[in-house]
Amino acid sequence: MQAVTQATTEFVKQNWAPLVCGFVVVAVLPLIVGYVVLVERKIMADMQARLGPMRVGPHGLLQPIADAVKLLIKEDIIPDDADKLVFWLAPVLSVGAALLAMAGLAIGPAFQIAQGINIGILFVVGVSAMGIFGIVLGGWASNSHYSLIGALRSSAQLVSYETAAGMALVCGLLFAGTLNITSIVQAQYDQGIWFGLLAPVAFFVYLVASIAETNRAPFDLPEAESELVAGYMTEFSGFRWSLYFLAEYTNMIVVASVATTLFLGGWLRPFPRTHWLDFIDFLPPLLMVVIGVYCLIRVPKQPVRVQQLFMLAVAGMCFAVAVVLAAPMLGPLLKPSLASAMKPFFEGIHGGFWFIFKVGAYIYFFMWLRFTLPRYRFDQLMRLGWHFLIPLSIINVLLIGIAMIVGQYFDLTGPSLLLTTIPASVIALMIALFILAVEQKKEPQQQPGAATPDSYA
Amino acid sequence: MPKAYLPVLIYAVLVMAFPAVTLILAKLIRPDSTSTGPKLKPYECGIASEGHSRGRYSVRFYIIAMLFVVFDVETMFLFPWAILYRSWVMAHMGLFALVSMFVFLGILLVGYVWLYKKGALEWA
Repeated sequence: MQAVTQATTEFVKQNWAPLVCGFVVVAVLPLIVGYVVLVERKIMADMQARLGPMRVGPHGLLQPIADAVKLLIKEDIIPDDADKLVFWLAPVLSVGAALLAMAGLAIGPAFQIAQGINIGILFVVGVSAMGIFGIVLGGWASNSHYSLIGALRSSAQLVSYETAAGMALVCGLLFAGTLNITSIVQAQYDQGIWFGLLAPVAFFVYLVASIAETNRAPFDLPEAESELVAGYMTEFSGFRWSLYFLAEYTNMIVVASVATTLFLGGWLRPFPRTHWLDFIDFLPPLLMVVIGVYCLIRVPKQPVRVQQLFMLAVAGMCFAVAVVLAAPMLGPLLKPSLASAMKPFFEGIHGGFWFIFKVGAYIYFFMWLRFTLPRYRFDQLMRLGWHFLIPLSIINVLLIGIAMIVGQYFDLTGPSLLLTTIPASVIALMIALFILAVEQKKEPQQQPGAATPDSYA
Repeated sequence: MPKAYLPVLIYAVLVMAFPAVTLILAKLIRPDSTSTGPKLKPYECGIASEGHSRGRYSVRFYIIAMLFVVFDVETMFLFPWAILYRSWVMAHMGLFALVSMFVFLGILLVGYVWLYKKGALEWA
C-alpha cells in the first residue's frame, strides 16, 4: 500500500504540469465552446443587421450557461427502433476523440498535455479522425433515414478531404523536418518565416479541407437542414445532442490549432526576429486595456443593476488579463536583474495570447464563410475534393520539393526561399485550374431536368 | 518513449469521464420520460416512417471508401519522406529523394488518371 502511495506521489511530482493542463482543458473547454457559439451567433446577427441574443445577462453574455442548464434538464428520448447501446456510445465516442486530440496541441511553449511526443501532428490528426466513428455509429444506430444519409454523407466527405488535408500537411512538414509540435514552431522561428507564407497553396488547401472535415458551411451537407432535418443528429436530443455539438466545435478548435501551429507560426508573434518591430509585444496588454475601458464606459448604460455589476466584472477581468500580460514586461523595466527570470513567463503568457489570437482569427474566418456562402450540392462537393484539391495538393508537394532543391542550389534560406516556393505554388495552382478547365470544356452541357436526381446522394 | 504517453493515457481517462459524468448528471436532474407511441418513432417530418432505414444505399459510398484507403495510405507514406526531405536537401542529396518520390507518386498518378477516365471520381 505504501509503495503504491509513494509511486503515485512520485508520478504526480514528475507529471504535475500535464495533469493540471488535462484537468483545465476538460473543465474549461465546454465553457469555451459555449462562448464560441455565443460569439458566432453575435457575429451572425451583426452581419445580418440584428442584435442576436440579448435577454440573458448583458448583451446575452450568460446565454451559454442558460443553454447548458436547459440541455441538462431536457427530456431524454431514445427511439424504440434504435440500437440502445450504440446510441448511448456514439456521442461519447465523438466527443472523446475530439477532446483527446487536444492532448497533442501546445498552447504556448509550456501549456501542453503530451509533452515530448515525437509524432505530435500525426497524433492530433489521427485521433481527431476517429470522431467519424461516433458520427457513423450514431447515424446508423438511430435507425432513421435522415440520420443514415447524414452519416454516410459525413463519412464520404471526411474521407475525401482527409487526403487533401494530409497532403497539405506534408507540404508544410517539408519545411519543418519534424512532427513534434514544439520543434515545428521552433523551425519557423529559426527560419524567420511562417510556413503558410512559404507554401500558400498548401495553406489554402488545408483551409478548405478543414472546413469540409468539420462539416461546416458551405460544406455542411451532412446536416443540411433543408434536406436532412439535422442529418446524423436528427434523433438525438438533450445532452446527447449537446455532446455532438461540443465535438463539432472542439474539432473546429483542433483544426484551427493545427493550422496555426504548422502554417501560422504557432505561439510566435508576427515577425519574431525583426527587432524594430518589438513594440508589437506591447499590443496585447494595450488591447485588453482598451476592451476594459470600453466595458467601463458601457456600465452606466445597462438597464438593470445586476447587469451593471456584471459589466463591471467583465471590465475587471479584462484589466486583470492586461496586468498578467504586462507584468513580465514591466518587471525587468523596474528591476533589470529580473529580466532572465521573467523570460519563460513572458514567452508562456504572450505565446498563449498569440496562439489563441491566431486560432480565433482562423475560426472567425470559418464563421465569415458560413454567413457569406450558400451551401454546395453533394456532387459539387465531391468534384471539388477529387477533381481539384487532391491533384492540386499532390502537384504542390512535388513542385515545392523541386523549389527547395533549386533554393538550396542558389543558397536561399529563410524568407528568401520565397523566391522559389511562390512561383512553384503559382504553377501548381495553374496546372490544377487547367485540368479543371479542360474537363469542363469536354463535358457536354447537361440539359436541365435530364439528369434524374439521386435520392441517396 | 512509452513513458511520454502516460499523461495522454490519464488524460484519455479524464476525457472519457467527462461525457459519462455529464450524462449521469443529466439523468439525475431531468424529469423521467413518459413519452409513448409515435414520439418514439423515427422522425420523418410528421408522417409515419416508410420502410426500414437499414436498406441498401448508393454504391458510390463504397467506391469513395476504397479510393480513400489507397490515397490515404499513400499520404501516410509521404509523412516520413517529408520529415527527412529537408535534411537530404541540406546534404545535397535532394535530387535522389525527389526522384524516388516522383516514381512512387508517378505510379499513383497513373492510377488516378485511370480512375478519372473510368469515371470513378464522378458523383452524378
